[in-house]
Amino acid sequence: MAKARIKVPEVVKRGTVFEVRLLIRHPMETGFRYDNVGQQIPKNIVHTVRCVYNGAEVFHAKLFPGIAANPYFSFFTTAEVSGELECVWTDDAGVTTSERVGLTVSE
Amino acid sequence: MMYARPSRLSRRHVLVGLLGSLGGLLVPLRKARSAGALPEKLVPLIREATGGVTPQVGRVTLTLPTLAESGHSVRLRVRVESPMTPQAYVKRIHIFSEKNPRPVIARFSLGPRAGRAEVHTRIRLAGTQQVVAVAIMNDGTAWMARAEVVVTAAACVEGS
Repeated sequence: MAKARIKVPEVVKRGTVFEVRLLIRHPMETGFRYDNVGQQIPKNIVHTVRCVYNGAEVFHAKLFPGIAANPYFSFFTTAEVSGELECVWTDDAGVTTSERVGLTVSE
Repeated sequence: MMYARPSRLSRRHVLVGLLGSLGGLLVPLRKARSAGALPEKLVPLIREATGGVTPQVGRVTLTLPTLAESGHSVRLRVRVESPMTPQAYVKRIHIFSEKNPRPVIARFSLGPRAGRAEVHTRIRLAGTQQVVAVAIMNDGTAWMARAEVVVTAAACVEGS
């Protein structure tokens, strides 16, 4: 199953502001929970999320355990040229994951 | 007219009385709102976030449900009034929680390209509390908004 979903409009007009929705599959383990034998479940959260549109950063987030499991974000950016939107995120286990989506910009 | 004088007097009395009681009602309401000071433990964190600037109330709209059945996932929307041009834009938005074991929830960095300073996410809340959003503008000023959320089942309580 996909690690994340990125939703953008099918076609955006150049110069318009559009919404990007990002849903990451991640347990966002806070480090405050214990398993059934009393062992602390180590903290493992996605701490950084970056979204890059044709090479330029359009969204950057530093996250802490207060973000719900399967973090969801919605943010806005301006349509410039057709291309690609890529989101990259890293968790405490050092795993970096990315997901990309094509973007069609009309005149 | 026989009735003119007494009725005018009584109307004046009624009006004065009404205004007085309205004023009496409004003043404590206002006081209660402004006296609801920032949670003590957030003050140094906010100061650190703004670089020493005291945030003014306004320009930020923080939307959370007034009642959340579960603190595990609470929808949050933060919007900042800003033209989002290279001359005037929102640089960062910080989200703080009053009672979570980790009071810092998130820090979003934006730029003029965002076009609209608005972010939605879902947060965890360990109990009924205040959530504070602080926006840092490119000119160094800071603005904030607060929201009170009643949480029926708290999330991420230590030791649970």
